[in-house]
Amino acid sequence: MTAVAARHRPHQVSHRVQRTFIHVGLVSAAFVMSYPLLWMTASAFRPSEQVLVEDSLWVSTPTLENFVNGWTSVAQTSFGTFFLNSLVISALAVLGNVLSCSLAAYAFARLRFPGRRVWFALMIGTIMLPYHVLLIPQYLLFNSLGWVDTFLPLVVPRFLATEAFFVFLLVQFFRLIPKGLAEAARIDGCGHARIFGQIMVPLAVPALATTAAFSFIWSWNDFLNPLIYLTSQGNYTVPIGLALFVDASGTSNYGGLFAMSLLSLLPVIGFFLAFQRLLLDGISTTGLK
Amino acid sequence: MAVTTARAHQRRRRPAGSGAGADQGWTETRRATLAGYLFLSPWLLGFFGITALPMLGSLALSFTNFSGSFSRMEWVGLDNYRIMFTVDPAYWGSVRVTLLYVLLSVPAMLVFALTVATLLNKGIRALGIYRTVFYIPSLLGSSVAIAVLWRFVWGESGLVNAVLGVVGIDGRSWIGNPDTALFTIMVLNVWTFGSPMIIFLAGLRQVPTELYEAAALDGAGRRARYWYITLPSISPVVLFNGILATIGGFQAFTQVYVVSGGTGGPAGSTLFYTLLLYQRAFTELRFGYASAMAWALLVVIAAVTAAVFASGRFWVHYGDGEER
Repeated sequence: MTAVAARHRPHQVSHRVQRTFIHVGLVSAAFVMSYPLLWMTASAFRPSEQVLVEDSLWVSTPTLENFVNGWTSVAQTSFGTFFLNSLVISALAVLGNVLSCSLAAYAFARLRFPGRRVWFALMIGTIMLPYHVLLIPQYLLFNSLGWVDTFLPLVVPRFLATEAFFVFLLVQFFRLIPKGLAEAARIDGCGHARIFGQIMVPLAVPALATTAAFSFIWSWNDFLNPLIYLTSQGNYTVPIGLALFVDASGTSNYGGLFAMSLLSLLPVIGFFLAFQRLLLDGISTTGLK
Repeated sequence: MAVTTARAHQRRRRPAGSGAGADQGWTETRRATLAGYLFLSPWLLGFFGITALPMLGSLALSFTNFSGSFSRMEWVGLDNYRIMFTVDPAYWGSVRVTLLYVLLSVPAMLVFALTVATLLNKGIRALGIYRTVFYIPSLLGSSVAIAVLWRFVWGESGLVNAVLGVVGIDGRSWIGNPDTALFTIMVLNVWTFGSPMIIFLAGLRQVPTELYEAAALDGAGRRARYWYITLPSISPVVLFNGILATIGGFQAFTQVYVVSGGTGGPAGSTLFYTLLLYQRAFTELRFGYASAMAWALLVVIAAVTAAVFASGRFWVHYGDGEER
């Protein structure tokens, strides 16, 4: 399009005007969309009684008191506990997904064995499966194993490659790695375990990083599972703690609520900014959210 | 997804025992089989243990009155389904809310996503910054923090009413009003248009520039080029995004739960199907009934997905036999 436009000189000026219009439109849209987030950030640093009154982004008397108040405002448990719980669960989810999904993906992408196509089709099918069909039977299963109010129901499935999206992502990536490398290694007497560990994994670092980052973000944001499985406050994750805060605070401590909400988003935004390129490529190729 | 399966079909299994001697080939095949199943074993365990068998279990439960104790469980045939469709006062309301949400917010989200992606694809400056800013809501959209924020944005003295106040409109609480509460949750979904936007952007970049040049030489205007070249070229991406967003839309839960405080209020106006299912299962412990609801949801999602796929025959244009 640029090439076409450039060929017609008289269009140059109108072309530039059009560009300006596009930028104005995009900047306004971006501003409107980001305003709630910016406002939440500003509100977290305002004295609590100003939160509902002040609609601008200007913070006249910045304070950190919300972070202090908010941290300990949910009944007997501090947000320190919630953050620690979330961190442990998310870290294990990352580990589980990276390990189990890459193993499965290697089998699907690089090994020839009877039944492979059937399993692959079933794996793709599970991506489309609405989670609510599994919700109740899984709950009953984990309940009968005595896992309710532990982290196990949130973590163990990740070690069994149940987030098939990642398997799919890694399969696509493994398929792009030249076959010659693995074949050369096999002639040298390498088994599949070594080919996987010493050739495939190091080459698939970008896809594994994407898997890790999305695993972290999904697990960190997850609300339904902790809501169902974690029953004692000491085990709550950040989202559950926040929801409890909303119910408990009722009217008063808006500043604290905003401060804790802001803190809860920081790890997600941090992870995204750190892995931005990889994540955006991951989305383009597979439709991860 | 079609890409990989198509490729998988093209591959043939290597004939056993080619080259270095039949014996060695045979063991190689066996080794690959053994290795294949070893590598696949965590997934297989997960597939059977916490996906396939529980799914069948849930189907079986849907024909019982199971409410937490197996000793008192009875087979009730199709009763749960009958109660669902003809007795439960909340059921059809939740179906209506969910369908409205999917039918309105998913197309709106895709239109936004495609519009912004089209603008971003014009080779403008600061593309990276725009992409990031537009994408971030997709990451945060399902978090409790944003749902909390939404209650304030659309509350009586929230940001939306502050803006309306400037224009002289005196708005009430959007979340407290049964006529507008669902709308606020739809806006939240549209707000997360960043991830389909990224996918559209990748699709738009793959439209061959020769097509545009040829069309321009033939005298096609900008609008004609968009309509006859861009849209058909990215129609598979539209289908892909549409299906993802539809499946996701049917399963919306966190935002509704937090915005309505777990009630689906006011007056059931945000009682989504998933929320009703959650209430029936985990507050009323009617697991059998909720399983029936889950299966009805599965059937509907499968039917809608299949219908969208089938409709693709009329509007999705798959290039000249290349991938996808």
